[in-house]
Amino acid sequence: MAAPKPRVKVPKKASKGEVITIKTLISHPMESGQRKDKKGEVIPRQIINKFTCEYNGQVVFSCDLEPAVSANPYLEFNAKVEDSGTFKFTWLDDDGSTYSTENKLTVE
Amino acid sequence: MAKIMKINVLSAALFGAGMTAVVMTAPAFAEEGVKLVIDGEELTTEVAPQEGNPLDPVRSGWTFRSEETQALETDDFENPGFPLVDYGEELWNTADGSTGKSCASCHGDASESMKGVRASMPKWNKEKNTLFTLEDYINLSREEHQGAKPWKWESQEMLGMTAYIGLQSRGMPVNVSIDGPAKEWFEKGKKMYYTRYGQLDLACAQCHEDNQGTMIRADHLSQGQINGFPTYRFKWSGLGSIHRRFKGCMDNIRAEPFKRGSDEFTALELYVAWRGQGLSVETPAVRN
Repeated sequence: MAAPKPRVKVPKKASKGEVITIKTLISHPMESGQRKDKKGEVIPRQIINKFTCEYNGQVVFSCDLEPAVSANPYLEFNAKVEDSGTFKFTWLDDDGSTYSTENKLTVE
Repeated sequence: MAKIMKINVLSAALFGAGMTAVVMTAPAFAEEGVKLVIDGEELTTEVAPQEGNPLDPVRSGWTFRSEETQALETDDFENPGFPLVDYGEELWNTADGSTGKSCASCHGDASESMKGVRASMPKWNKEKNTLFTLEDYINLSREEHQGAKPWKWESQEMLGMTAYIGLQSRGMPVNVSIDGPAKEWFEKGKKMYYTRYGQLDLACAQCHEDNQGTMIRADHLSQGQINGFPTYRFKWSGLGSIHRRFKGCMDNIRAEPFKRGSDEFTALELYVAWRGQGLSVETPAVRN
């Protein structure tokens, strides 16, 4: 499959103090480390182990993911916004690579 | 006497509870006349039949699904088929094969060059003198223009590419040509549609024409339209090709299925596509 690709849905505009819904998804196989290949050898674990969402440098939401989470992990959460700024989403992979994406939000 | 009374009351209560349970578990069918709108664009899910089409009205499989399933297709973020579409887009721009060309090297921007392609498939290929599906065209391009190995019919690469190309036609009406040499294939497909196959001795038409809209065990029988392929099915937890769906149907009626990409399935694809003439292309659709 392709390299993991993040997908994020954040509204472009919000009013001050509004609670907005943020949806995120990353395409990732989330290999649990429990499975075996055709030769009977264990397929090494490779999962997204941590997800963080920052708004203007401040952590809004963060979580650790475990091997039981299925492929293409989807996370939905809410955030209350006071000022315009940028959301930064980061996914941390077991192999050390990070995937990130940013979204701008205007507060009126 | 009192004892008997008590039993009666109890059974009445049980009966009542049973009734409630039946109501609760009934599938949530979508209401009549609900419109499929994706990103503000309304798609045609019901259309009057063209001449010779026995279906009236022609209805997209989307109209047969539950509200929850329908909702997933209205939002490209929620639509679980999209990660693979993204993969298809990546492949479109990736060089492959001995010539080092990508799809984009010749075809440029897919949103322009591939617009309407899905809607007219399968199509007669004059050079090869046979009927070609979208998969056939992709592999022809890979072999002859890119110098690359053909993809397997049901590979993630092929599904990603057919979904990405199909998406460029989303909203356009299905419009396959059955004129000229394709006519023979159309007739062959039509004959297959009305031929009984397998141990259950069923023809496509018996379910998808005569019994459309009724229940087949726990599932709601649709018209078997293919305007949304490759489709994301919950059962597959992934995208699947038209021929995979055909094969699934044949397995269900305990028949010996034809191979993916066989002449039989290609002919059937043409006939079934024609039965959905005028419906919007919904690629990648979401079904159960």
